[in-house]
Amino acid sequence: MSLSRTMLFAAAASFVMLGAANAEEGPVRIGVMSDMSGLYADLSGPGSVEAAQMAIEDFGGELFGHPIEVVQADHQNRADLASTVAREWFDDDGVDAIFDVPNSSAALAVQELAREREKFFFISGAATSRLSGDSCSPTGVHWMYDTYSLANGTGRALVAEGADTWFFLTADYAFGHSLEEDTGAVVEGAGGEVMGAVRHPLDTQDFSSYLLQAQASGAEIIGLANAGTDTTNSIRQAAEFGIVEAGQRLAGLLLFITDVHALGLDTAQDLVLTTGFYWDRDDQTRDFAARFEERMGMRPTMIHAGVYSSALHFFKALEEAGTKEADAVMQQVRDIPVDLFGEEAMVREDGRMVHDMYLVRVKSPDESEGDWDYYEILRTIPGDEAFRPMEEGDCPHLTN
Amino acid sequence: MAERDMNISDVSGGSALLQGVERGYVIFGIVAILVLLVAPFVIYPVFVMKVMCFALFALAFNLLLGYGGLLSFGHAAYYGSAAYITAHTVKEWGLTPELGLILGALTGAFLGLVFGWLAIRQAGIYFAMVTLAFAQMIYFFALQAPFTGGEDGIQAVPRGELFGVISLRPDLTLYYFILVIFLFGFYVVFRTVHSPFGQVLKAIRENEQRAISLGYRTDHYKLATFVLSATLSGLAGAATVFVFQLASLTYVHWQTSGEVVLMSLLGGMGTLLGPIVGAILVVTLQTYLAPFGAWITIILGAIFVVCVLTFREGIVGVVQKYLKKPL
Repeated sequence: MSLSRTMLFAAAASFVMLGAANAEEGPVRIGVMSDMSGLYADLSGPGSVEAAQMAIEDFGGELFGHPIEVVQADHQNRADLASTVAREWFDDDGVDAIFDVPNSSAALAVQELAREREKFFFISGAATSRLSGDSCSPTGVHWMYDTYSLANGTGRALVAEGADTWFFLTADYAFGHSLEEDTGAVVEGAGGEVMGAVRHPLDTQDFSSYLLQAQASGAEIIGLANAGTDTTNSIRQAAEFGIVEAGQRLAGLLLFITDVHALGLDTAQDLVLTTGFYWDRDDQTRDFAARFEERMGMRPTMIHAGVYSSALHFFKALEEAGTKEADAVMQQVRDIPVDLFGEEAMVREDGRMVHDMYLVRVKSPDESEGDWDYYEILRTIPGDEAFRPMEEGDCPHLTN
Repeated sequence: MAERDMNISDVSGGSALLQGVERGYVIFGIVAILVLLVAPFVIYPVFVMKVMCFALFALAFNLLLGYGGLLSFGHAAYYGSAAYITAHTVKEWGLTPELGLILGALTGAFLGLVFGWLAIRQAGIYFAMVTLAFAQMIYFFALQAPFTGGEDGIQAVPRGELFGVISLRPDLTLYYFILVIFLFGFYVVFRTVHSPFGQVLKAIRENEQRAISLGYRTDHYKLATFVLSATLSGLAGAATVFVFQLASLTYVHWQTSGEVVLMSLLGGMGTLLGPIVGAILVVTLQTYLAPFGAWITIILGAIFVVCVLTFREGIVGVVQKYLKKPL
């Protein structure tokens, strides 16, 4: 008697549980892969994991009746390691989606795997516009920014402002060349003039001869088609040379708020750049930034904001689709409008998330009212203008 | 000594393949191969493949350092160039894996011949610096050459069909393909070390002047070893391409050169199994400590310091001393 009652109870309990959860779907697990200790650790790294955690909490912590889990890994900027970890996550650990992944080669490697395994990939960290171009994937979403939108935003907006003569300081490798080429085309297309370019090797310490050439060119804008320490070194040395004081302006083509923080406003002031997110834009971004700072001790970069908002959007899409099946979820990812801290945005067929970008100027120390009060928003660049039109990307799955 | 002679005579009737090998080693070898055969069913195959690729690379490097006494600090050049050539030829020209692999190994051989010919004129730290300089040239070449894709690397390399017939797409098939490459590489190193050539090499390592006075052209021996080492490094690099389906700048970066030094030293340079143990250790730490972020570099560093301070012969070196048998 008592045995059958227990069984009845157990059966009833399992029915209740089945009702609450989707019968087929196991727990949702996301992986945040980043550079946790190297050069991208500040602008992405542990902050991205925290951002994903915040997204899970804000969503309510559960999906399909199970708690949402997050795992993390340090790819150490090695594409082969990124590939090993991603394979194991997808094949053995039941990870449904990977987030962030700064470093283009690592992100491209994960993109290929995610495509093959029909798993989701939300890229906030990597810059290369190939991720929504010739290497686009039906399950990959390039979220916050890309090289095209940064170059395009800065180039077009500055020419529109009347700064129409440019000179490029370019890192001498594929990334630098393509940044110079893209921006140069935008500048000329907008009626500006590229007066020349000088190329420096990767990891240059001494920029003096390059900066002198840039100065001698007489161009109004010196475009920095480089990244990382090359950018910060060139900005620092340009400040020492008094280039900005002499009337020329520097335009950073790939620069994060953490770089500005590291440089200090004295050095970085008046620098013009494009960003996908600035924490001090409105109440909603300020609120997110304050919560983030409580946990991480710093204001979020656009990558952190990207991981947070993309994770939240992914959860909404999963909930709406009611399944983890790739096509159904991606349909929802594209159909549901993206809520980017109150700003409405959308995900295109090629996986590009299109939203407004901001052209900003770095404040002078006098204008800044405290830590992380660094940017003055000069112009909001509408999404359609900022990002590469879909037809120009040559995304393979659109044509087939 | 007498005991050893006896052991050798034990197996004198064995096959030519294992001529002069003690029975204990043969048994160990068979067990090891059996373990490798079932490993993919227990451990994640991609991980074991990665270990085998790096182990082969470390074996090749150790041939030069441990037996030739030449510390090259630029072995990533051969490993990485081969990876790029294999990735490019397989992806863009549609070559079959075995052809890509051979081209990769030949790339290593060619570069080894050119760089080695120039580098062996120097010894000690100068030799290390010259090889590092060449490796940096290769790095900047890979960074700028259009076909390497700069920092994006060459991605989505198809695993293809072996001999145009056997698909290497399933991890398991690929695993056995890589296993064969690894065993082949190991066998080449094994034979080299135990050949008269290897004996001369060790003599040169111990006392080059004396080897010269005995009438050996030591430069020829060194160059031959250098080329062989570069070729096998190239083979390892080419094999890696099929595992990860990519070739990236990391492969030609000096850190990779440093890692292979670390593997050899940790495992035990001048031993056959040392580089393999070292590769297992380093790759395992790299992969399984990935969730702990910055700790990897710290732990690897700490292990290295402990190793250098307490057992300079490396792990296998210590075991070898204890067993009183060369491993």
